[in-house]
Amino acid sequence: MKIWSSLVAVLALVLIAWLGTGVAGLYTVFGVGIPYLAFLIFALGFIYRILKWGRSPVPFCIPTTCGQQKSLPWIKQNKIENPSGTAGVVGRMILEILFFRSLFRNLKTEKRGDKLGFGSAKWLWLGGLAFHWSMLIILLRHLRFFLDPVPSLLQGLDGLDSFLQIGLPILYITDIIIVAALLYLLARRLFVAQVRYISLASDYFPLFLLLGIATSGIIMRYFLRVDVVSVKELALGLVTLRPTVPADIGSIFFIHIFLVSSLFAYFPWSKLMHAGGIFLSPTRNMANNSRRVRHINPWNYPVDVHSYAEYEAEFKEKMKKAGVPVETE
Amino acid sequence: MAKLPKQEDLLQISYKPPKTPWMDLPVDFKPGTYCHGAKGKDLQAVGFPNARDWSPGEEDWKLPEEWKDTVLEGMADRLGKYRSFQLFMDVCVRCGACADKCHFYMGSGDPKNMPVLRAELLRSVYRRYFTKSGRLFGRLAGARDLTVDVLKEWWYYFYQCTECRRCSVFCPYGIDQAEITIMGRELLNLLGLNTEWISGPVANCYMKGNHVGLEPHTMVSNIEYLVEDIETLTGINITPSFNRKGAEILFVVPSGDYYADPGMYTCMGYMMLFEELGLDYTWSTYAGEGGNFGFFTSNEMAKRLNAKIYAEAKRLGVKWILGGECGHMWRVLNQYMDTWNGPADFLEEPVSPITGTKFTNATSTKMVHIAEFTADLIKHNKIKLDPSRNDNLRVTFHDSCNPSRGMGILEEPRYIIKNVCNNFFEMPEDTIREKTLCCGSGAGLNPGENMEVRLRGGFPRANAVKYVQEKHGVNMLANICAVDRVALPTLMDYWVPGVGVCGVHELVGNALVMKGEKKRETDMRGEPLPERGAEA
Ligand code: HEM
Ligand code: SF4
Ligand code: SF4
Repeated sequence: MKIWSSLVAVLALVLIAWLGTGVAGLYTVFGVGIPYLAFLIFALGFIYRILKWGRSPVPFCIPTTCGQQKSLPWIKQNKIENPSGTAGVVGRMILEILFFRSLFRNLKTEKRGDKLGFGSAKWLWLGGLAFHWSMLIILLRHLRFFLDPVPSLLQGLDGLDSFLQIGLPILYITDIIIVAALLYLLARRLFVAQVRYISLASDYFPLFLLLGIATSGIIMRYFLRVDVVSVKELALGLVTLRPTVPADIGSIFFIHIFLVSSLFAYFPWSKLMHAGGIFLSPTRNMANNSRRVRHINPWNYPVDVHSYAEYEAEFKEKMKKAGVPVETE
Repeated sequence: MAKLPKQEDLLQISYKPPKTPWMDLPVDFKPGTYCHGAKGKDLQAVGFPNARDWSPGEEDWKLPEEWKDTVLEGMADRLGKYRSFQLFMDVCVRCGACADKCHFYMGSGDPKNMPVLRAELLRSVYRRYFTKSGRLFGRLAGARDLTVDVLKEWWYYFYQCTECRRCSVFCPYGIDQAEITIMGRELLNLLGLNTEWISGPVANCYMKGNHVGLEPHTMVSNIEYLVEDIETLTGINITPSFNRKGAEILFVVPSGDYYADPGMYTCMGYMMLFEELGLDYTWSTYAGEGGNFGFFTSNEMAKRLNAKIYAEAKRLGVKWILGGECGHMWRVLNQYMDTWNGPADFLEEPVSPITGTKFTNATSTKMVHIAEFTADLIKHNKIKLDPSRNDNLRVTFHDSCNPSRGMGILEEPRYIIKNVCNNFFEMPEDTIREKTLCCGSGAGLNPGENMEVRLRGGFPRANAVKYVQEKHGVNMLANICAVDRVALPTLMDYWVPGVGVCGVHELVGNALVMKGEKKRETDMRGEPLPERGAEA
């Protein structure tokens, strides 16, 4: 149910785009209106979500420490996994965001007879990293449609990604990697029993959607060729706020761009916001220095305590008998 | 205590999830797998709502009529107060990296003990009442209504999490189930849904100054009893002081150290060390508890109990505070105390009177961990040690969850152990330091009636101990936590017979050569000392 509904939802999106352009000819709607709207929802939604998280304060200093604390000068501190200052925190966050440091620790718990064993389990880390990095590179590559002239840095990236020099048009490595990685992530969800058990429709949907985007892109580039000059014209029109719709782009392009628009619009309301959330995670972005620097809780309020005076009033005789000094005679 | 379950039965663990989706799996309140309900009188003592006697095994939990509104309002309130809570409700991608990292899952195979599902228990309700997609799509979006059964499920599984943070080490976003459990327990406490084993100590600590409820004269006599034992052992008479104004240092330990076996040997170790140093310190009967079961209840309750430490330090006019070996106590002292009850501007920045070392990592809280203090002494050669007195022991070290993942005190205790023992062996890398496996009894889960859960949750730890027992003949499990010292002996007897449990300062006390001591015949436990030179 969760799986089918997600798949059907993505197929429905494909169908809508195809009917909308191929049949109804609503090129301006799908080429201009919807992309603008989706981008707006994305940008405003993203900001809204970050502000909403930001509005909740961080009352306590709760980093998860994953290494030796800073204490005595001759004990070697683990400055990254247990940072005591800003530099360490930045280092830790860079490792988390760019290289998924915590996921790299992953282990597999196995029952071996009457014993437990911990095996290495780096595949999720590798698959996750492969997917995210290819996506980042693909996104950056796409900038060539939106920029004129194309900066040389982008051209360099483009060259790097296609260094294999296979086929015509030349094959991008990231195209292969992203599809393979997404299929791996999907297969993991489907076939690793525990992961399947915890998965929701909202876990399958983004995978199908991303697969749809990647596949439609690949089809467009390698099979049903579209006119790149017209695409660039449209893209440039969008960014310069002078949108035009060239007539001769195939429906496959509109399917692609509609799926991308759907992703953009869906993003802020979904788990994909982990992309923003990771920056705010208090167990990772705080220094473990709360004994050295007092962390302030903005809503700290006075509480009822059982005062020493009350305590002494109750136990005075017993204290005196036991030789414990008291305040009042 | 009920009869212990058979090992064969407990070991029938399968990690294959059931066919039934988790939302349709009912909770089975099977004896041995949950704690007794809180007593009305204990809740009343600290002014908690819905104070009444109740029993989790019974159908009727005697909830107040408007319980649902209370929970949902409580949730809204906390979402606005804790970024961790709000964020952790939103960003989980259900990648499953945390799933098999929880000792309760490893030991039970119960899918709701996967940290991610433990979180979903609450998250599903969050979605239903606080997100559009949850309101719109309901179960398809992973949302569900808050019902009495859901509440019972929360209670069962939030008191089946030791807030150990192991899951948070592996999560790519640092989602910390301990943080979610803490919130879940706060919500349950709005309805008086606590356990007897937590709320009893909380009430005791509030009124009497320690979890066990020792009145001042009893605490004094307990410590004097240890004084006698030390005299028998060493011939040296110690005169401890209580509530003494003008002492340089206030010393605070978990109460388990001065009333329970084997924690009291650790306590003797502290006292012998201080005597040897001539340290100017005092005990307090008012702030006689470093542990904080309030932390397993609510932020506010934890703060109310913790307040006594600074209040007493101020009243007595000490310069700084030294803390004994305890796990959750140090999570609280390291990450919460100063924020709740500081600034401690009436104290001085801590300096060791023996070595002159400034504890620059504690200049604001002014509270130092005894392992930091002792490691510094050893480094500066300030005490005479004879590690061969511990030669009958083959020691391994259990990192307690809180000091390792909520502080990072990893090397100090190891340095001490290596200086007071000749035979030290580490457990496998994936089971120590930040990846340490919980004792299974933390966060208030250690009453006897919860034995099956404790044995299951402790199985992964025991399994690693067994490994070093078989490989290196390890017979002693050292640690720096009072709950460990209470809980691990049962666990070892059950899973790894032949392995004892001790605090690090028990080993220090045994190795410490005191000025003017008589020739020691036994160690603190009365076991004959090993023959000199007999072991190579
Ligand atoms: C700061 C940027 C980001 C970071 C650090 C990050 C990190 C991660 C990590 C560590 C995981 C878990 C491992 C995995 O399943 O791959 C993950 C999962 C995922 N991320 Fe990201 N991510 C980022 C941005 C994005 C963006 C922009 C998207 C896309 C649209 C995205 C889509 C996904 C998806 C779909 C999954 C789930 C994969 C699955 O179902 O198993 N991420 N991310
Ligand atoms: S590791 Fe983190 S993101 Fe992955 S399922 Fe667990 S809590 Fe969610
Ligand atoms: S905090 Fe510890 S006990 Fe709780 S879910 Fe995580 S691993 Fe399990």
